[in-house]
Amino acid sequence: MIDDIELLKIIEKDPRITPADIAVQLGAAAEEVEAEIDRLKEEKILLGYTAEINWSKSYPEKVTALIEVRITPQRDRGFDNIAKILSKYDRVTDCYLMSGAFDLLLIYNDDSLKNIAEFVYNKVATSEGVLSTATHFILKKYKSNGIFFEDETTDDRQAIVL
Amino acid sequence: MIDLNSKVSKSVASVPPSAIRKFFDLASEMKGVISLSIGEPDFVTPWSIREAGINSLVDGYTHYSPNAGYTNAKKAIVNYINRRYGIEYEHNGECLITVGGSEGLDLAARALINPGDEVIIVEPCFVAYKATVLFAHGVPVTISTRQEDDFKLKAEDLEAAITDKTKYMIMGYPGNPTGAVMTMEDLAPIRDVLMKHPEIIVISDELYCELNYVSDELSSLARFPELKDRVVMINGFSKSYAMTGFRIGYVLGPKELIAPMTKIHQYCIMSAPSMSQFAVVEAAMNCDDQVKAMRDEYNHRRRVIIKGLNDAGLECFTPSGAFYAFPSIKNTGLTSEEFCERFLMEKKVAIVPGSAFGECGKDNVRISYAASMENIKTAMERLAEFTADLKKGK
Repeated sequence: MIDDIELLKIIEKDPRITPADIAVQLGAAAEEVEAEIDRLKEEKILLGYTAEINWSKSYPEKVTALIEVRITPQRDRGFDNIAKILSKYDRVTDCYLMSGAFDLLLIYNDDSLKNIAEFVYNKVATSEGVLSTATHFILKKYKSNGIFFEDETTDDRQAIVL
Repeated sequence: MIDLNSKVSKSVASVPPSAIRKFFDLASEMKGVISLSIGEPDFVTPWSIREAGINSLVDGYTHYSPNAGYTNAKKAIVNYINRRYGIEYEHNGECLITVGGSEGLDLAARALINPGDEVIIVEPCFVAYKATVLFAHGVPVTISTRQEDDFKLKAEDLEAAITDKTKYMIMGYPGNPTGAVMTMEDLAPIRDVLMKHPEIIVISDELYCELNYVSDELSSLARFPELKDRVVMINGFSKSYAMTGFRIGYVLGPKELIAPMTKIHQYCIMSAPSMSQFAVVEAAMNCDDQVKAMRDEYNHRRRVIIKGLNDAGLECFTPSGAFYAFPSIKNTGLTSEEFCERFLMEKKVAIVPGSAFGECGKDNVRISYAASMENIKTAMERLAEFTADLKKGK
């Protein structure tokens, strides 16, 4: 019997790992792991695989903004409708409903501050139900999804007898 | 000219340098070597533990601690032991904080042994057991455990090793180098033998206690109430919490035995590092999740290692604890030293000959999986190539 959480943690840590390798780590059969992964995908638990990339090295023009959005919830549909609409833009990579001083947090990527500004005042601010926005730009990434952007982890332990 | 070698004490001179050393020296001179030879976690200590140590420096705790340790650190330790083992110790008098688990081994030997006393050592085992007994002028009496018994201590072997000179026995489970675990059920017959010999003290090395992949229940002879008053538990944070460099361990046991150990500690060491004691409070109280995450990762690697050993055609009992596999290399026709030396020279993977851990380990090698998954996988591929070469008679 495969422990789903253990399986998902392995995939989260290394999305490229093969079912055969997962099977060894879990002490299960590869077919069993494949079937479990299929089930997790069907049930929309395992939604996709992403890569962590240090874009500042290969594509320094790329700008990432965190856009706070305050909105008026709609009757019966709360925040969901407007969140779904704003999520539809390809360059919005993340959309969260938040507690606190604002309601939605969008993470948005584009090639320039100007493009982002246009998105905010043309698309977000003008959407029905949006009360206000506040935009923050990411200056430097140190760690994302558990991965450090600059630290090199090398095994430099020196010899010790034990 | 003075012969300085002749001035070295006989007890020290009689102990050979650790056999593991030779392989480290060889490996350190070669490039591209994957080392599965080191007996310490590859993880860096969890951040909150490091931060607690740093904060103690910021707050100016840069002095000696009381000899047996800071009260809050001792309380954190006895609470942790109570929580995990269900054993109660008093923080005052029954707990001594030491410089790693190794100091505890030395203290036990020096506090208990009169010249000529026999000490039963369950092998294959950590290299320091025998050395500390010899340094203290004791006589080691070794028991060989066997692969067919999953390297568990058998009651009849213990019974056969006991004489009227036996002062104490020392055993370490989960075991280095075997990865063997003894459950409470396995320990019950050992308890029965010890009940027939009420003069024998038990030193139980449980440094790897949290690294048990088959059960969440921690086993110890100290859990038998009828034995507790003559068991000294040696434990620490080095292995389970990845805190080897903090040099912090502890001994727990009856006041009458902890007091003489504290006396030696007081004269020779003074006190364990203060900064590390603050780190220990955080470790013992708040880090179960991090320990579990490391244990899960070791468990994944353990399974990869076992498959790798099977693929390479080496017979290996399935280790249940610590972070070592101890496969037999008997079917290759090589001694464990030859196997390790050739594996290092031909395939650039460093592992340790089982003979370093006692005569009964001579047909085995110790492979540590406290290394990255990537290195483990590459090492296992090279192992399969190596055993295939040996079969072809290369």
